[in-house]
Formats: sequence, structure tokens, C-alpha cells
Amino acid sequence: MVYDVIIIGAGVSGSAVARELSRYKLNVCVLEKGEDVCSGTSKANSAIVHAGFDAAEGSLMAKLNVEGNEMMGDLAKDLDIPFKRNGSLVVCIHKEELGGLQELYDRGIKNGVKELRIIGKEELLKMEPNLSDNVEGALYAPTGGIICPFMLNIAMAENANVNGVDFRFNTKAEKLTRDEEGIWHIRTNNGEYLTKYVVNAAGVYSDYFHNMVSKDKIHITPRRGDYCLLDKEMGSFVSHTIFPQPTKLGKGVLVSPTIHGNLIVGPTAIDIEDKEATATTQAGIDDLMTKAGMHVKNLPIGRKVITSFAGLRAHEDHHEFVIGEVKDAPNFIDCAGIESPGLTSSPAIGRMVAGIIRDLAKPEEKENWIGTRKGILNPANLSLEERNDLIKKNPAYGQIICRCESISEGEILDAIHRPLGARSLDAVKRRTRAGMGRCQAGFCSPRVMEILHRELGLSMEELRKNDSASYIVFERTKEV
Amino acid sequence: MNKYDIVIIGGGPAGLAAAVSAKKAGNDNILILERDHELGGILNQCIHNGFGLHTFKEELTGPEYAGRFIKEAKELGIPYKLNTMVMDISKDRVVTAMNREEGMFEIQAGAVILCMGCRERPRGALNIPGYRPAGIFSAGTAQRLVNLEGYMPGREVVILGSGDIGLIMARRMTLEGAKVKVVAELLPYSGGLKRNIVQCLNDYDIPLKLSHTVVDIEGKEHITAVTIAEVGPDRRPVPGTEERYTCDTLLLSCGLIPENELSRAAGIEISGITSGPIVNESLETSIPGIFACGNVLHVHDLVDFVSEEAERAGKNAVKFVQGLLSHEHGGEISLKAEGGVRYTVPSTISPARMEDTLTVRFRVADVFKDHYVSVYFGNDRVQHRKRQIMAPGEMEQIVLKKDDITKLPGLESITVRLEKE
Repeated sequence: MVYDVIIIGAGVSGSAVARELSRYKLNVCVLEKGEDVCSGTSKANSAIVHAGFDAAEGSLMAKLNVEGNEMMGDLAKDLDIPFKRNGSLVVCIHKEELGGLQELYDRGIKNGVKELRIIGKEELLKMEPNLSDNVEGALYAPTGGIICPFMLNIAMAENANVNGVDFRFNTKAEKLTRDEEGIWHIRTNNGEYLTKYVVNAAGVYSDYFHNMVSKDKIHITPRRGDYCLLDKEMGSFVSHTIFPQPTKLGKGVLVSPTIHGNLIVGPTAIDIEDKEATATTQAGIDDLMTKAGMHVKNLPIGRKVITSFAGLRAHEDHHEFVIGEVKDAPNFIDCAGIESPGLTSSPAIGRMVAGIIRDLAKPEEKENWIGTRKGILNPANLSLEERNDLIKKNPAYGQIICRCESISEGEILDAIHRPLGARSLDAVKRRTRAGMGRCQAGFCSPRVMEILHRELGLSMEELRKNDSASYIVFERTKEV
Repeated sequence: MNKYDIVIIGGGPAGLAAAVSAKKAGNDNILILERDHELGGILNQCIHNGFGLHTFKEELTGPEYAGRFIKEAKELGIPYKLNTMVMDISKDRVVTAMNREEGMFEIQAGAVILCMGCRERPRGALNIPGYRPAGIFSAGTAQRLVNLEGYMPGREVVILGSGDIGLIMARRMTLEGAKVKVVAELLPYSGGLKRNIVQCLNDYDIPLKLSHTVVDIEGKEHITAVTIAEVGPDRRPVPGTEERYTCDTLLLSCGLIPENELSRAAGIEISGITSGPIVNESLETSIPGIFACGNVLHVHDLVDFVSEEAERAGKNAVKFVQGLLSHEHGGEISLKAEGGVRYTVPSTISPARMEDTLTVRFRVADVFKDHYVSVYFGNDRVQHRKRQIMAPGEMEQIVLKKDDITKLPGLESITVRLEKE
């Protein structure tokens, strides 16, 4: 069969495009090399919804950031995912750099960011008593927010899937060619796929696919960012997202509460060659600890870290989103160079790319498109009576599996059996938070394995942490 | 709301011993709440022997040791609920719990005994750089997979940390045919028992590298190798000392943390050193009527001492319910840990409530050879006992006599200190 549209990559951009395209009578398929959505850049970032004052005036990045930020509130409601506008503060610690805040403010106003204002030391310390004593002032952006990057990505993909979009996991696009009739042939490890339109949402690999089909080359540098995630005990250390003043390499090391109540510190910005090199380094973690300490005081980062990780930003040489049909490759649409503020921009990116395809393919809209999704029920949000009714109907909600995050078996079963359901430990973790707490899955992983084994009929040896080689147990012990 | 005189949180070795002792002390209204599907706690996965030498004067396996207490608790008819997670404990001892059959329910307890045990320090908390692949387990998780589920995580193993579970797993994995290449320990001494180093490492020619740590983890999907380096006195890696080991499994045995989420939420005062509740001579926490014992109080190396401690907690909970554990006597004596002693359990003593003798347990901060354990009543040294060797991995104890203390009515503090002479 020939698909109307194939999207390469089920990250947050690809999933946003898939959801927007699912409004139309189109056969859409997403090819993903990982075993789940949200397996690359989208799973390891600051989880921030940026206000939009950073990107250069007039850039596509600025436009989509501000649009995405504005869309996020309704989208989060429609898709039933947690989102909070906790507000961002860009903090200045040198008097001579106060002018930089004004520059950011001016840029923000030109970009269309609302409610921005510069605040003085006194007001700032009242808002955030744990900031360093030598702060001079800050740019305050009340529209800045925090979100769960996994849930945003997963929810958009699930919603697209409910509306008919196919997802092919463990399917790695390898080679793209276009035949005489203009049909794109995508060779993968799982056979060949044919399509009229291609969306290149391949993250750090988007230059690879672009350069395969176009003479006009682009270049993506994987820019590694190391992060530390701190225990929930530290979740209210600050209430706003605290940024330093930006530099050429990016927005700097932020300190922020997460939507789930942890504290996140990061990222570093280290340009590398290897598009898979998501290993943290000692130097990176040391760097974080030093930089985080410049703007906040007495952050017990060393003792309260529950995990550290690194993500790769798809940094395009001109620090700009590359979105549009490629001139010398008809019906091949780039969605490349999506680095920060990519997560924030994703709803707007989805709308823009879908718009390009709509204008080219002129599809009809579906009458029965479903724009909303019900998330995995969180029993902690229920009253005691409601919770007990739920357990009576489904006793699995009465059995706690992850004790750190209080996740019940009912939630894990929901994660496994819903559209694009979880098939690995990490997929369960991203959907339910089981294993994301302070013991880091030490207690619950054998129990989640038993549930996956039982529900999916996979043997214990077949179960994976995430991708194909990530087996958890190797073989049976000796028989007695 | 259901009412019980004594609610015990956790049906592992501490909870079982506390329940049995409370029952024997005359209370008939006890309930054990256990989150797992059977009683016995972590002992169920400890299939090696070496348990019970103090308590039963014989060597038992973990399940055998637990089995004796389970049998006794059942014979005494002590009620328990399995698969039941305690969600909250309030200051006035209302326990909120949940299970499949009853949903969320509340119990008013006359006294509560905290017996939640401890958990392992995960990789994330160790700040080891590198990838985050499959094949990295805390030693206890691997122990569960091997001993309870019957699966081997891998064939070529490196172990970071020389805590007892790591040492036991070095031997267990070896017996299952795996090659344990090295055990690396950050500190200049092992955190495990001497007997485990001899029986689990030396007997199998597994090298123990002290003052070494993992500085890199390779393998994007599954672990393929780790790099180990020597650390200096600042515990930072020394450049040039790196050695690479190929492996498919990394086990972590880098410390145990008392599991006090419920205690903290209840507002119980927690020690920054043990991470367990601060308790008095009756093992009572800062909230009257809430007691703590076993690994939730401070991490033990021998289950025999857990049982002994829990027995005291059980008796004292009965006294509390009977109104015999009064707080009105005043004149509490504080116990101070100094000069190489990290902490003491308990932290305070009330001479009025104290029994005829009191065992005070403590750990030392480093390896001490030919040092004296001294006890001071105020400024007077009253005990002075030479020990050939003391190490952080082995819990130490002193015994105080009530008679000695009541002789000194104004006594404000008792100090435990290590001295060279």
C-alpha cells in the first residue's frame, strides 16, 4: 500500500504532526526506530514550557515558541496531561549585566510574549527566598510553565493513533528514494514503505535524511545536556523556573520544580559528534553542580540526586528550526533542527507541518475526529469514596506496585492495555511513573516485569528495559 | 473505624518479633500490616545461611529464620493482612492502609510499631557517570531475581560496593556459574561483615579493590563494560589508575537507607546520621506511642539483633497501651556519640522507664585498631573496654545498668567515645 504521509520519528514533533494530520482523511504512518514513542531527544530535556523571550526576533523559533506556549493550556486539558504555568525567572547576579535583562525583555515583547516584566531584588527574593544573596534582579515571565515531556509526547501519539494513525516501532528508516511517479520509497529494517509525502522528524538524525534527498545540505550537531533530578523532598526548593542569563550556547543551567514535584537541575551544553552518545560524564555533572550553585544558595545537590541523565539537542548550525517542503525534494517536508524550545513549540510545529501537507494534498477533514483523550487515571486525585468505588470495581487499583511514587497495579494495567500501550519497563515508567521515584525501580522492577510477562505473554527473558538489546534477565538459574 | 491496641507496620523480621513479644506480654489486640504477599520480609530472598546464631544458637537460612517467627505468630493467633500498603500514619496514630479487598481504610491504633525495614541506595544517587543501560541492579533486586524468580541477570559481573548483600551475591552468582570479576569499594575498608568477605570473596578468589569506584559505564542498551579507578583520600578518582572490565551485569551494594517516608510524613523526628527515627530507651519515637525497631530504625548487620530490638519494642508498646510508659518523670539523660562513634540507639534514656539493663548499639566511623570503648557518666569514665578491631560494617554495643544510673540523680548526659588509651 502507498501511505499518504509517513512521518519519520515518534518524538514530540513527529507525534504532534501525526495528531494534527489525524484530523484529515489521510493514511498516515509513523516509523520509529525505538520500541516506544518518546525514545530520543524528547525524553531527556528540561520539561519546560518556555515563554518565548529567548529566540531571535523574527525567527521561526520565536514564532512557534510563543504560539506553542499559547496552545499548551488547552492542549493539556484536551489530552488530560498535567501542565502548570509556574512562571520563569531569568536571574541577574552582576549589576553590570542588568542591561541584558532589558534586552531580553525587549526581545520578548517583540516576540509577542505577554505579561513580561523586570523585577528588582526585593520582590525577587520575596518570590524565591532560596536564591543567592547576590541577585540583582530578574526578568519575570508568568507564562513560562512546566510539563511532563513524556506525557505530552505519549498523549499526542495516542490521540493520533485513536484517530487512525499507524505507528511502526522498532522500524528504522534507512534509505529514501523517489520513483518516477513521485512516490517515496523508504527502506527500513522491517521492509519497504511507500508514501506520497514524507515528514522528516528524525531529531538528531534529521540532517541525515534531509541530506539524502537534497543538494542543499543542513548540519545538525548533537548538543549534549546533562541533568540531575533531585528527590521530591527538594521539590519546593524553588517554585519558579530559575534561569541564568543566556549565553551563546543556550539558556544555561536552570533550577526548576518539575510537574511531578521533583527538582531538576540542568542542562550542560556540550557539542559532540556521536548521535547516540547520551552518557553523562563526571565533568558534566561537576559543571552542573558549580553552575546551579551560582544562582541559588545551599542546594544540597550531591546528597539529594535520585538520578542523572543526558539528552541530545538537535542543534542546527544556524540555531533555527528547519520546517518546510525541501525545494529539490518534492513532497519531502523537513521538521529538522528542533532543539529547545522544541517541546514548547511542538503543538505549533504540528499545526504548521500539517498545514503544509494540507495545502499540498488538499485532504478532506474527518467528521468524527476525536480531539480529546483520557489520561491514565491517577487514584491519588480521587476522594476516599471515589477511590474505594474504583477499587471495588477494579481491585488492581488497591495493589501498590511502585511504593516510592504510590503507583497501583491498575495504573500499570491501563498503561499496558491502552492505545500504543507499554511493552517495556521504561515504557511503563514514562506512562505511570512506576520506577521513577527515589529507589529508582529497585523494588518495583521485578513486580512490573511479572505484570508485563502476564499481560503480554512475553517470557521473562523476552522482557526489555527499552530497546531490543536491553534484556533484563539473561537465562534461568540452574535447575535443581 | 477499626481499632487495634497495637498496629505493626511491616511483617518482616522486626514486625514478627515485635508482634510475638507484644502478644507474649499479654496483649491480644495486635494487627500486622504487610505489603508483600507473604510474611517474612527480605529474609525470604536470603537463602544463604548464617542467620540465628545468637537467637537460636544454630545456623539457619533466611527463610528458615523467618519461618520460625511466622510459625510462632500464627500459633499465637496474631492477625495480619497481606498485600496491604500503609499509605499514611497520623500523629494521633490513625493508620491509613489499602489493599485489593478492602480498598482504603483507617485504623485507630493504641500504639504503632514501625518495622518498614530499609532499601538500597540506587545508581542514580551515586552519581556514577556513563550510559544508563539495562544490566545494572542493586544487589537486593538481583538477589530477588535469582533466588525468588529463578532468573540470572547475566554471566559476567562487576560489583560496586562491599555491603553484605553485594558480598552474598558475589558468591551466589558464582555458584550459579557467573564470573564475578571484581568487587570495588569506594572506602578504604569494606562496609560488610568480615565473615562475608572471607566466605563470599576470599573462598572464591574474587578480588576486593578498596578505595576504588566505577568511573564509566559503557553500553547504550545493555551494559558492556565498566571502568574502575582508584580514588584518593578525597574519594575522587585518581587519573591514570583506570582499568576497564567487560561485563554484562553491574551490581550495586552501596549502602542501605531506612525507609522512613511514612515516619517523616507523620512528623517523626529523623536522625541525620542513621536516617531512622530518634528514639528513647523504650524505642519510642518523638511521637508518643509510635515505636520503631529493626532496619527502619538503623541498619543492622545481623537479623538476630533486629529480633532482639523488636522484642523490646513490642513489650514497650504493650506498656504504653497499659499506661505504664509515662512521660511525666522528666530528667531524661541524653546519650552522646563522640570520638569516632557515629551514633547511638537510643538517643535518650529516662532512668524511670529504663529496665534493669539497657543495650545501647552504635557504629564507628572508621576502622579502629586497639582502641577502647569508653562510657562517661557526665565527666566520669565508668566503662573502658579494649577492642582489637572495630569497623563501620560491624555494629557495636555497650550495656548500661539501671542501678548505676539511678545512683546519680542529676545525671544529664552519657557519652560513648573511642579512646586510644
